[in-house]
Amino acid sequence: MRFDRPARRKFLSHSIAVLTGLCVVAALYPLVSIIYSAAIRGGGVLFQVRFLTAVPPNACSVVQCATVGIGPDIEGTVILVGLASLIAVPVGVLAAIFASEYRSRGLGRAISFTADVLTGVPSIIMGAFIFGYFVYYPSITYSAITGGLALSAIMIPIVTRTTEEALRTVPNSIREAALALGISKWKATLRIVLVAALPGVATGVLLAVMRASGEAAPLLFTALGSNLYFHGFNQPVAALPLLIYDFALSPYSNQQKVAWGATLFLLAAILIVNVASRYMIHRLGRQMAGGA
Amino acid sequence: MESTTPSPPTSTAPIAKKVPRWPDRVFVGIIAAIGVGILGLALGIVAVLANGAQQSFHRFGWGFLYGTTWDPDHQIFGVVPFVAGTLITSGIALLIAFPVALGAAIFVTTQAPRFLRGPVGTAVELLAAIPSVIYGLWGLYVIHPYMETVVEPALKTNLGWTGLFNGPAYGLDVLTAGLILSVMIIPTICAVSRDTLLAVPDAQKEAALSLGATNWETTRTAMIPYARSGILGGTILGLGRALGETMAVTMVVGNVDKVPTSLLSPGQTISSLIANELLSSSGPLQTAAILECGLVLLAISLAVNVAARLLVWRVTKTGGPITL
Amino acid sequence: MMGAVKLKSEQLTAYYGEKPAIRDISLEFPDRRVTAIIGPSGCGKSTFIRCLNRMHETAPRTRVEGKVLLDGEDIYSEDPVRVRRRIGMVFQKPNPFATMSIYNNVSAALRFNGRHPRDYVDAAVVRSLQQAALWDEVKDRVDTPATSLSGGQQQRLCIARALAANPEVLLMDEPCSALDPLATTKIEELIGQLKKDYTVVIVTHNLQQAARVADYTAFFYLGGLIEFAPTEDLFERPRERLTEQYITGRFG
Repeated sequence: MRFDRPARRKFLSHSIAVLTGLCVVAALYPLVSIIYSAAIRGGGVLFQVRFLTAVPPNACSVVQCATVGIGPDIEGTVILVGLASLIAVPVGVLAAIFASEYRSRGLGRAISFTADVLTGVPSIIMGAFIFGYFVYYPSITYSAITGGLALSAIMIPIVTRTTEEALRTVPNSIREAALALGISKWKATLRIVLVAALPGVATGVLLAVMRASGEAAPLLFTALGSNLYFHGFNQPVAALPLLIYDFALSPYSNQQKVAWGATLFLLAAILIVNVASRYMIHRLGRQMAGGA
Repeated sequence: MESTTPSPPTSTAPIAKKVPRWPDRVFVGIIAAIGVGILGLALGIVAVLANGAQQSFHRFGWGFLYGTTWDPDHQIFGVVPFVAGTLITSGIALLIAFPVALGAAIFVTTQAPRFLRGPVGTAVELLAAIPSVIYGLWGLYVIHPYMETVVEPALKTNLGWTGLFNGPAYGLDVLTAGLILSVMIIPTICAVSRDTLLAVPDAQKEAALSLGATNWETTRTAMIPYARSGILGGTILGLGRALGETMAVTMVVGNVDKVPTSLLSPGQTISSLIANELLSSSGPLQTAAILECGLVLLAISLAVNVAARLLVWRVTKTGGPITL
Repeated sequence: MMGAVKLKSEQLTAYYGEKPAIRDISLEFPDRRVTAIIGPSGCGKSTFIRCLNRMHETAPRTRVEGKVLLDGEDIYSEDPVRVRRRIGMVFQKPNPFATMSIYNNVSAALRFNGRHPRDYVDAAVVRSLQQAALWDEVKDRVDTPATSLSGGQQQRLCIARALAANPEVLLMDEPCSALDPLATTKIEELIGQLKKDYTVVIVTHNLQQAARVADYTAFFYLGGLIEFAPTEDLFERPRERLTEQYITGRFG
């Protein structure tokens, strides 16, 4: 087939539209497939009574055995991520304040670059790092404490970088206005500049929390996992991603079903938090701008 | 210090006679210390891994880096099988992800009707928010059977002559791991590419359009060259993510401690090795060897990440987009 | 003839990096008078006024040499935070704190600089808004966001915010350059009121404005002070050729 030049150019332009459109379909197919399979395979167990509160099942080869629940794992994830946030949020925010607001010192640049590079360190390395350090403290090598620390090591660079970005969007005129009123720099920074950056900071913290809630790799040799409800910060603790990993590899179908149920739960939680936080931060931002 | 009634504006008494200066200094001291703590965290990771790997350093020296054997029974350890596994799976991931992600980014920025841009962008970000272990579960139960019964036999029949697809089709191998990885890094590459394409100044596009260029010609001649280093940076960032990905790979890569001989060979990446063997290690020497593998992974991913950040920083000046 | 001197610079030189933006400026500001600083863009007038309350040094890689005396005391040997509480500033573009209400904007200095009884703060807010001629327009909505105000209102809010800190000197860096003519007139009237209580220094590129509001005027050119005189004298009987050329519009 032959085209005269304009027709040929038009044909090319249309083919590109179709081709790139197919790329979008290919890129998004997994999202649909994951949600679909989780709903099909995990929907049944998720809506069982007590699935969210009961303890996980033992291996069971009988055809008809109870699937039970994921209570300790939800609890454990909340405890681990809570612990990690307690460390990572203040550390990350304050480090970002230093890097952004006291930038004239060369140290600030070094910190911001380091945090940036740390966001690229594989999470399994963070786990190995905490393990390698606490292996000399056998009483807490496998515990909620080390699990929380490993997750906080993942969260700190994320919180630092996003907070820094948020601080950078605060116009300089705000800092000048505060300083010109004779407000001390630390007060102006914490109570005026940081407050103005709050929607961005909140986004970063949520991003970090969601990332940490889904991490299994750093917990493999720190939190370790457990079938029991939380029983002390120096004891191994359960976590949803660990449960999914363990039960996915289990040969027993009742445990596999629990893995899918837990997956559906985690997916729903992440999607809901993601969408809800976008909406809330959008509103917070608009409110702060005074609707102007 | 001041009266409780409003003083006349002409009062020469300033609001506060003395302003204590120590709070400012204490504050700067605290946050500087925390900032230095971030540097300490980075150094600490290297120090702790190096310390844990000492025994392996002493036993194998540089030979560890080109040792192709990983044999706990005879206590001989070398990193090559896992470096090979890591590079092959990440290479496959990049080959699949790059064209798809770039195509999707071009569609979103230049082809899609405006109302589609937001939803597609959100969907891509949701894809990035799905935990690794869920990709693993999906790979193991949804993709693996399909690879084993459909894709891999077809590849063997049609492309067997290339020698790339020797060996039995198990479905749990470096090819499947690479495929799952590609799905996981598409959001990274796509998001960065989209941002840099959107950052192309309108004047650039208008210049091309005013010469009578079609939509695609404008994209090809005016936008992609302008956004090139940003796209490259995003791709390397995606590669960095692939190199360190753990859970999904561990669940589908087959977990065999040998250098893969074909794309259908089961293998092991450095991260899946750590996940599988750190706790079930045969003894202190193997533990040390695993931690040394961790150091190698850290070095690879740091090099890749620093390269990507420098590229993206150079393009956007303000520091790169935050892509996780 | 000038009355008491409130604020005074002595051989003031300010740098950005290695480059001096103003050189060797010695200038006296009489108490409770309005002094205007005029000159073409880039003559250093903004840099100069930012040195008067130590704001210049808040930008990176900047340096100041010389002295600025407030009631005879050198502000450069004092704590900058304390200096800025005595010498308030209004900026080129209105910069209210976007995250705060009108009330919280005006009371910011009081609330952040130590503890004050609630009714003291309330009274100061009302007084400052009245002084800034904004009270009547906002008295029913002091709890609404500051960004809901118009540009001219925002600038008067910034003036009120500076006044609430109870300063002795008010520096204004081209306060009307971002405003429409109507809002500009309001601010100019306001400046006439303010000089009863405050020493005002205003930077402006608008010669008519200087002629309208200022008692004294200083002309800057290329980082140096060319001439300083009572406004009337400077505009009608300039001593320097450069001044004459500038005010007759023959350059700049």
